[in-house]
Amino acid sequence: MTSTDITKVTSHISHNEALIFERSQTGRIGYRLPPLDVDETAIDEIVPKKFQRDDDLEGLPEVSEVDVIRHFTRMSTWNYSIDLGMYPLGSCTMKYNSRLNEKVARIPGFANLHPLADEKEAQGALQIIYELQHHLAEITGLPGVSLQPAAGAHGEMTGVMIIRAYIDARDGEGASANRRTMLIPDSAHGTNPASAHLSGFSVKTIRSTSEGLTDLAHLREICSHGDVAGLMLTNPNTLGLFERNIQEICQIVHDAGGLVYMDGANMNALVGIARPGDMGVDVIHLNLHKTFSTPHGGGGPGCGPCCSTAELEPFLPVPRIVKSESDVSPGGGATFRVDFNYPQSIGRVKAFFGNYGMMLRALAYIQTHGNDGLREATEAAVLNSRYIAHELASDYEKPFDVPSMHEVVFTDKRQSRKGVHTLDIAKRLIDYGFHPMTIYFPLIVQGAMLIEPTESVGHQELDQFVAAMRAIAREAVNDPELVLNAPHSTRIGRLDEAAAARKPVLRWKPKQAASAG
Amino acid sequence: MLHQIGLHSADDLFASIPEELRLTRALDTPVALSEIELLAGFERMAAKNAASQRANFLGAGAYSHYIPTIVDHIISRSEFFTAYTPYQPEISQGTLQVIFEFQTLVCQLTGMDVANASMYDGSTALAEAVLMAERVTKRSKVVACGAIHPEYLEVVNTYVQHAGIELQHVAFEPSSGQVPASIAHLDDKTAALVVQSPNFFGCIEDVAALAEQAHHAGALLIVAVTEAMSLGLLKSPGAAGADIVIAEGQSFGVPLSFGGPYVGLFATRDKYARQIPGRLVGEAYDQQGRRGFVLTLATREQHIRREKATSNICTNEGLIALATTVYMETMGRRGLRDVAVQCAQKASYTSRRIAEIEGFSLPFSAPTFNEFVVLGPGNAAELLSRLAAERDINGGLALSRYFPDRPNDFLVCVTEINSRAEIDALLDGLADIAHSSA
Repeated sequence: MTSTDITKVTSHISHNEALIFERSQTGRIGYRLPPLDVDETAIDEIVPKKFQRDDDLEGLPEVSEVDVIRHFTRMSTWNYSIDLGMYPLGSCTMKYNSRLNEKVARIPGFANLHPLADEKEAQGALQIIYELQHHLAEITGLPGVSLQPAAGAHGEMTGVMIIRAYIDARDGEGASANRRTMLIPDSAHGTNPASAHLSGFSVKTIRSTSEGLTDLAHLREICSHGDVAGLMLTNPNTLGLFERNIQEICQIVHDAGGLVYMDGANMNALVGIARPGDMGVDVIHLNLHKTFSTPHGGGGPGCGPCCSTAELEPFLPVPRIVKSESDVSPGGGATFRVDFNYPQSIGRVKAFFGNYGMMLRALAYIQTHGNDGLREATEAAVLNSRYIAHELASDYEKPFDVPSMHEVVFTDKRQSRKGVHTLDIAKRLIDYGFHPMTIYFPLIVQGAMLIEPTESVGHQELDQFVAAMRAIAREAVNDPELVLNAPHSTRIGRLDEAAAARKPVLRWKPKQAASAG
Repeated sequence: MLHQIGLHSADDLFASIPEELRLTRALDTPVALSEIELLAGFERMAAKNAASQRANFLGAGAYSHYIPTIVDHIISRSEFFTAYTPYQPEISQGTLQVIFEFQTLVCQLTGMDVANASMYDGSTALAEAVLMAERVTKRSKVVACGAIHPEYLEVVNTYVQHAGIELQHVAFEPSSGQVPASIAHLDDKTAALVVQSPNFFGCIEDVAALAEQAHHAGALLIVAVTEAMSLGLLKSPGAAGADIVIAEGQSFGVPLSFGGPYVGLFATRDKYARQIPGRLVGEAYDQQGRRGFVLTLATREQHIRREKATSNICTNEGLIALATTVYMETMGRRGLRDVAVQCAQKASYTSRRIAEIEGFSLPFSAPTFNEFVVLGPGNAAELLSRLAAERDINGGLALSRYFPDRPNDFLVCVTEINSRAEIDALLDGLADIAHSSA
């Protein structure tokens, strides 16, 4: 790589930083509490000795405040993040996280509010839940909304449990016992089968066609067995393709007595353009930490609302947040209530109301964008993906010749002839200053590279990305070793993950304890 | 760009969506707001949350503790909060090392061997612990005993209803508030005994004795901790013999935020490491022998094992785990104990003083940490609502919310942030209001 090829990345200071336990010094502290201001009792009189710790918290770090600041600041420099640039992880929707939303979530009237506060004294907080529910119902075309699930997979589990509860209510527990098959396309996220299993279903896989869409003939055949409870479908699917037969798919499943759950991980391709409720879908989850820009935080927190048809609404988790028109507040407005009275509900899936802080951020996202802005964001996300699909077609193989939506999948077919595989291309991309795309997913595409640019990337950075990918394609031919040994610019090289899994070290231990066994 | 790729209009981008499915109107959501308007709107809403502005003695699974200033500073660094799950270790070492330290700290505090990278919260962590116990023991009955947080039990119920697990419940001892000394429900079908300590009423359970009973029946002991701060003072569940420990980590530097996001801590014994749900970070080395960290033992997880995975969890609570890590490291070995001791001292002072007020008593005899039940002279919900209206104090939780047969009981929580003046105002308020309505 010559310096002129590099348009984005540059080298920078990278401090080594030990584990905090290795930095610890006996007697150091980084806090101060006020003196105890009540009459003191001997601690043994409060808590009997046998219930007290006797290890003096040995091993916990003893460090100063500046030690802590430097420790985390140094570690932070080893992370790639959206704020450094394009983060094209397919299916993950890594879009810009507005600082305004962070400010909203930190307003003391929300941040200091206890979840068990009297509902009359938490009206603002409840109104926000209600309004977000209302907007998500409009965006999905599905009127029943619960914001309780904490993440996408949690929303999936909730949605599938709702299907089960509905079928049990419709057919009777005994009759529905024979309806325990959940259909899942072979391109689905791994969370789908895991969530179905958690809800007591057995999974049957539906094939994809050579065009990358759900195989209708296969779907019909399996639906004819009579034991189908439902279908879990991602749309656009994980190949980035809109399932254009979605209405017929829903019809087939409905005719067989099943329901259709849509995995909404890819809603960033649809907001303001088309609504799952209009397609025949019965229940969906959304990822507020994808489509609605709440930050990923290095792996959460998320928020995975579940949206359903009116028919399925009685089965949503309790409590529900409802508007009470009759019970008018002193100020004259409607009041908002926490309502537990849904006897058919699947029950509670999380303590309290869910990841409330993420709801605040998502509502702020909807309000800052406005209805036209939400649609424009979708258009830009799809346009950016189509641009990449177009620009990289000359250098990388596309498994399906169908126009993609918000993400596009390529393979390493051409590069692998020289021994360069998807993993190598991904690692080399790091040297060019980008986070890699999603790799080896979906599983049905060999050597898959799933690229989702999102709307948060301008023309210039898209071109930088395209240039980097083209450069790697050239390197794969001219200097494959360079790609195979990438990355060259990071603090550490490729780590031996196989060895790490064989003899896992999952925590720090003091030296003498480690050698003792 | 459109023209460069051979399209004419934005509508062309969506040609693969059948025309009858395309929305021909604008969404009926609000029009765009400026920062000024938006903040004013949220501030108006926040002002309607009167409960957020008071001296607070309400706990019950969500606690008001002091949050050192640097916690929010560090989690606000965009390198942490705008990163994804660390799938590419070469450019995610910051997140990965943080999680490794988090796992270590959770092990140290709970007294266990191995901890995962976090669960959604305490309640879902408990549900996952129950499912794990069934996998480990291949038994199908779970006995939940004593006063476990009612919302945690509701979540466990939801999770197990389709898993073929029978959930039995052992009531608490009405005089002590603890689990009864001997549990008759344990047998060779019992996968696990579940206990919370300190329990929902704040009472400290004899975990060691319960571990013995569970193990005698060949069952696992699952210990739930909703007030993680108690770990700074109380014997760790691991040292008392627990097999799985789950905790709500909110007390460690996470704001109340109307119930979330919080973080579930999940720890177990080495021998069960491959049955643990969720993500794990482990040590690894590169070709030059440099130490780094990676996501490991992924063969337990949904993206590899699909329906045979140990859990469906994918996104967890990374940033909140970071907040708790910063908290635990800032407070450190000395601070975690100091805070816990202050909580216990202040709660002890408060409970002793409340018991001296005429008409008030402490119905349970068990030792407590920073929460305790008070039996008042009349309806507790009314008393607390007058205390809020007249004295501007959140006095606690009326137990009738979950236990309709206990109309006069309420649960009081005292932490290091409650000053002597606040506590004395609570005492005065309780005495005056009870007296005036007598």
